[in-house]
Amino acid sequence: MTDRQLTVVDSALWTPLRRHTQARIGLGRAGAALPTRHRLELQAAHAAARDAVHSPFEPEVVAGALAGFSTVRVRSAAPDRLTYLQRPDLGRRLHDTDRCLLPPDAWDVAFVVGDGLSSRAVHEHAAAVVRATAALLPAKWRVAPVVLAEQARVALGDDVARALGAAMVVVLIGERPGMSAADSLGAYLTYAPEPGVTTDADRNCLSNIRPPLGLAYETAAAKLTSLMHRARELGRTGVSLKDDSDGSLPPGTGRVGAEGAKTP
Amino acid sequence: MTTYTAVLAGRSHSFAGLAALLAAASPERSGDRLAGLAADSAQARVAARWALAEVPLSRFLAEPVIPYEDDDVTRLIVDTHDAVAFAPVAGMTVGGFREWLLSGAADAAALAALAPGLTPEMVAAVSKLMGNADLVAVARKVRVVTAFRSTIGLPGRLATRLQPNHPTDDPAGVAAALLDGLLLGSGDAVIGINPATDSPKAVRDLLELLDGVIQRYAIPTQSCVLCHVTTSIDLMERGAPVDLVFQSIAGTQAANASFGVTLGLLDEAYEAARGLGRGTVGSNALYFETGQGSALSADAHHGVDQQTVEARAYAVARRYDPLLVNTVVGFIGPEYLYDGRQILRAALEDHFCGKLLGLPMGLDICYTNHADADDDDIATMLTMLGVAGASFVICTPGGDDIMLNYQSASYHDALYLREVLGLRPAPEFEEWLGRIGLLDDGGGIRDVTGTGHPLTAIGQGVAAA
Repeated sequence: MTDRQLTVVDSALWTPLRRHTQARIGLGRAGAALPTRHRLELQAAHAAARDAVHSPFEPEVVAGALAGFSTVRVRSAAPDRLTYLQRPDLGRRLHDTDRCLLPPDAWDVAFVVGDGLSSRAVHEHAAAVVRATAALLPAKWRVAPVVLAEQARVALGDDVARALGAAMVVVLIGERPGMSAADSLGAYLTYAPEPGVTTDADRNCLSNIRPPLGLAYETAAAKLTSLMHRARELGRTGVSLKDDSDGSLPPGTGRVGAEGAKTP
Repeated sequence: MTTYTAVLAGRSHSFAGLAALLAAASPERSGDRLAGLAADSAQARVAARWALAEVPLSRFLAEPVIPYEDDDVTRLIVDTHDAVAFAPVAGMTVGGFREWLLSGAADAAALAALAPGLTPEMVAAVSKLMGNADLVAVARKVRVVTAFRSTIGLPGRLATRLQPNHPTDDPAGVAAALLDGLLLGSGDAVIGINPATDSPKAVRDLLELLDGVIQRYAIPTQSCVLCHVTTSIDLMERGAPVDLVFQSIAGTQAANASFGVTLGLLDEAYEAARGLGRGTVGSNALYFETGQGSALSADAHHGVDQQTVEARAYAVARRYDPLLVNTVVGFIGPEYLYDGRQILRAALEDHFCGKLLGLPMGLDICYTNHADADDDDIATMLTMLGVAGASFVICTPGGDDIMLNYQSASYHDALYLREVLGLRPAPEFEEWLGRIGLLDDGGGIRDVTGTGHPLTAIGQGVAAA
């Protein structure tokens, strides 16, 4: 070993390769371990992801950005973050006392904005996606008040839609943060949702909404409205309703992940 | 149904059936609580362990936790049980079996001979009576050696899966991460990619990329693109360079069905893989991943706790003489394993149970960002599993998988483990590392810089394309 004070990462080798991947390649070594800088960079990325998971959802932030839309705030049956993380079943159910806040009517579509695993993603992107999508819907479609849901899982949308009597539901939810993206928003469309009956296979999903690096609001809105029209024609969403987004994997290919995981 | 009872601190606790007893005896974890199977209290958990300690091992043959007629994994376990191999422990209780495993009588030869006589439920049961140190002490005595182009599981060796994932399967991105891993001495267990799409063409492109590198540098290792088994069967028929056939598996028929897998399909894959004869030093050609919680996630656990169901997946694995099996222990999320402590416990249990059942057990020592865990938990798990004699661990660049969005061990972590425990790569791979000029005088991995090393052409060729 030389006694260099600081590991100099070989740029001639690694710089050209870094154009092709965000993977943390060519980090150099301090003995067998990572150099200090890279260790701290990893910790910074992890801290951002942890904070995204644990920062409280502030519905007023989203409501403020949705001026002109009426909004309703509800909670899931999960009373706090700790419970939420361990009891996905509670995150899928409306809080008993909040059900009556939802006005039943013949709504064509309901938007549910839920914190999921990243309140940051929701604060930064959800209102813009609701606005962009609603702007593309036909004027005759009846859009329910936007529901802002705390401690929400994707399937909470089924319970909300039942309470509202909505024909379909769009759930905008914070995705599981990775080390390179802690603010990624997911959108799940479900036609004729039924709590406890509807499964993930009955939904269509758009992932990684986070401009400028991920999907743009307008692109997400265009894909969503196109799916919504076809869902109405077919009377269903899910695996039988393909969109032109990335190919997805059949079950059992990659890994079994937690709900909200960006896994096959 | 037999009721099992124990009196603790003047209070009688009863458990309706073996599955309920096993679940109540299990160390605390969020998944069992979610399933409604966990012990009601800390004292009830210990009472369950008292009751479990007195259960004869033979009872597990008489009372399957999932009925024989309902589940093909149960049928596999019962129908392939080797009574002759079981004979030395046939008279023991679970508590007595723990003491025997920890004793000098249970040496490598005795444990190897015993493996076909043990069922997943027996090893799960005894693990519930063991502390973390017990799980290390017994597992390190077990030797399971498998081979394809490298030999896995020899004493004093630790192999690594090099995992160069990329979110869009970009060949240049994969090649860059592959080069990084090879220069840090990883890749002797397998170079294995989780593909972003499962299309036969995408998988074939990746297989050809990996096969090209392996051939060009004569690397004594094997490649695997972790696609669905049906895709592999299809690709083998079309002559693609498939080394190892991969599949995620679970411990019940219904959970496997949720993966689109049946035992019949695995039988077919096994025959096809064996027929290719691509191995040089051995013919173990299957690769399985498992993980606690998958059956619950698929609503297919039949009221059996997640650790016992996980052990049942190993009965499926051992039918196919795999080269590699690993639990993806911390990937599933905090509703199954809440924090670093629960993930560590599960890692030790899975490794112990897999090894006792005769599997070449490795681990993906990992966590997700919504679990209460961090890189110090990785270090703890790595060290304990290294001491326990894990066959291999999975490594990614910097420990950050940019495709699956989770943190695993890094290539550096494998260097650490080899250094502090005096472990070495698989012998064939170690010899290759020497040939290609990556070993220093002490047998460690040289710190390669610059573009002069021949392997760096892997990156340059692709980057220029």
